Amino acid sequence: MNSFYRSFLGGRSGTVGLVVLSLLLLVVLPLSIDAFRLNMMGKYLSLAFVAIALVMCWGYGGIMSLGQGLFWGLGGYCMAAFLKLEAAANIAKEAGTDQIQALTTVGIPDFMDWNQITELPWFWYPFKSFPLTLALMIVIPTVIAYIVGVAMFKRRVGGVYFAIITQALCWAMEILFVTRQGWTGGINGITDLRTLLGWDIRTPDAQMTIYFLTCIGIIGCILFGRWLLNTKFGRLLLAVRDMEDRVRFSGYDVANIKTMVFCIAAAMSSIGGAFFVLNVGFMSPKLVTIEPSIYMVIFCAVGGRMSLIGAVYGTLIVSFGRTFFSEEFPALWYFLMGSVFILVTMVFPEGLAGAVNRFGPPLWNKIARLWRKKPPAAPAEEVKP
Amino acid sequence: MIYPHFALELEELTVSFDGFKAVNGVTLYVAKDELRVIIGPNGAGKTTLLDLICGRTKPTDGKITFMDKVLTRLPEQEIVRAGVVRKFQTPSIYPKISVFENLELSHPKGRTAIGAIFFRRTPDVVERIHMVAEQIFLKDLLNKEAEQLSHGQKQWLEIGMLLMADPQLLLLDEPVAGMSVREREQTAELLRSICKGRSAVVIEHDMKFVRRIADKVTVMHQGKVLAEGHMDDIEKDPRVVEVYLGH
Ligand SMILES: Nc1ncnc2c1ncn2[C@@H]1O[C@H](COP(=O)(O)OP(=O)(O)OP(=O)(O)O)[C@@H](O)[C@H]1O
Ligand SMILES: [Mg+2]
Repeated sequence: MNSFYRSFLGGRSGTVGLVVLSLLLLVVLPLSIDAFRLNMMGKYLSLAFVAIALVMCWGYGGIMSLGQGLFWGLGGYCMAAFLKLEAAANIAKEAGTDQIQALTTVGIPDFMDWNQITELPWFWYPFKSFPLTLALMIVIPTVIAYIVGVAMFKRRVGGVYFAIITQALCWAMEILFVTRQGWTGGINGITDLRTLLGWDIRTPDAQMTIYFLTCIGIIGCILFGRWLLNTKFGRLLLAVRDMEDRVRFSGYDVANIKTMVFCIAAAMSSIGGAFFVLNVGFMSPKLVTIEPSIYMVIFCAVGGRMSLIGAVYGTLIVSFGRTFFSEEFPALWYFLMGSVFILVTMVFPEGLAGAVNRFGPPLWNKIARLWRKKPPAAPAEEVKP
Repeated sequence: MIYPHFALELEELTVSFDGFKAVNGVTLYVAKDELRVIIGPNGAGKTTLLDLICGRTKPTDGKITFMDKVLTRLPEQEIVRAGVVRKFQTPSIYPKISVFENLELSHPKGRTAIGAIFFRRTPDVVERIHMVAEQIFLKDLLNKEAEQLSHGQKQWLEIGMLLMADPQLLLLDEPVAGMSVREREQTAELLRSICKGRSAVVIEHDMKFVRRIADKVTVMHQGKVLAEGHMDDIEKDPRVVEVYLGH
């Protein structure tokens, strides 16, 4: 129990931070905002999975990936493929076989039909099974990350070069998904998703449930991250980041360690992609381009690249900012975002979490002192690590 | 001549950087239990020689054997696992974690990625860390962030990190650089004590220190071995005086 407290919850401050976040996500937001905005939160939170993954990979391991959207997208497409096949099967059932056969091929996604594909491609078959879909959602990104990791890290490609390569991969994937229309739905993506194992995911109730599931996923990822970063592996990541040669000359295979964290980050990002699809009911290659991948890094930097919880706040704040400003001042948005990123990396390399850690405790003490002097004071400011 | 059994054998070792031979046909034998010191002017190729032994730089030519095992083409971590460890010229430690954790990471247990995830801090690991910390004069600073140590303490910590693996051969590049006189004395003692039952190759400029620790001294100049022998003889060698000691 005690070791659980220390390694999963991160001691006292870690627990406080996690409790505050959980209350915010699970209680405060659902009670205070409408269904539409809550769904938007769910959408943003599905990106926070990537930000958390980047804390481990980039903040700790020093591996900057500018193409994390690739893995996020793969997870999204896996989930979308499953939902699409289910939708296609249902349409066939509802309309009756005879009638539908004349128009489309039974049970294959509509976009395949539009592209004169009459038989389900072989690699779509596994997505008929939900357990298999879930497994592939983890396995595919992990295997790709493994191949990239081995190819790059064994050759000692790192830093900016690695970042550029991840970006190129992300771009290649986008092109692949856009051009192979009959297999992937092309530029429109996979749309019109309806049910998950017979459960209609479009109803307000279902959306609410999915929002909560997303939150639980986020909290699970934070706990997992806390545990992982608390092992010797976590300290090894810091060592690799700061003094790669020393690690090598202590008998470790640095490439393996980097590959491992890159794979873990890929799998976690992929889960986020799947939650995204559940939240919004479609998947599109436009979401998997380079731009979102860069946003993901910004989320992480703003939240604090050494803080798992900070990454969630960073994602929410930047995403809200983006939605708000890009509607109000679309032209200014990019400049604003760029300056925020530069400012954060130059002035607050530890992001929001760093600021809270620095100013939080003194503020807390001050408030506590005021409280003691005259009881009816303002409610306590939140503290998060 | 009776051919004694050597721990480390370098034969005709050469490395060329775009035609510039930083190490040029070096042949060197270090016996078991021997503490060899390499001296020589700046740019003589001393650091490069250690780079070659530990696998950081691959030789263009020549052969490296340690305890009958050929190291010439092995990757760095394999060389470490064969018992050869290296201290760098500028102290390289992990700045953001504690002294204890620095030593722990240097323990040979859990050296694979998976092994590191499931590594448990067992009593024998802790005991070894305390033992080494005591040796390197850092036993009261185990919880300090390594970044906060003084320059000399960082040098010690790095030596301690090498000791964690219980190595057979220590390669030390200027271990007393930046140390006070008192720290130098402590380090000389430390080196003498840790090199019992091990071989060591130490690069050093401080002649007083060299005299205290060396069994034998090798002088390098322009990538080649200029002279080799006991300190007393080396000091009288006119060639050595000319290129190095005379300055
Ligand atoms: N990777 C490299 N590429 C090109 N030249 C190199 C490389 N490494 C070392 N050299 C050159 O090889 C020569 C020997 O360098 P080395 O660092 O081994 O000298 P040193 O004897 O350790 O000197 P010091 O006493 O200053 O530490 C130098 O002239 C250096 O510029
Ligand atoms: Mg040198």
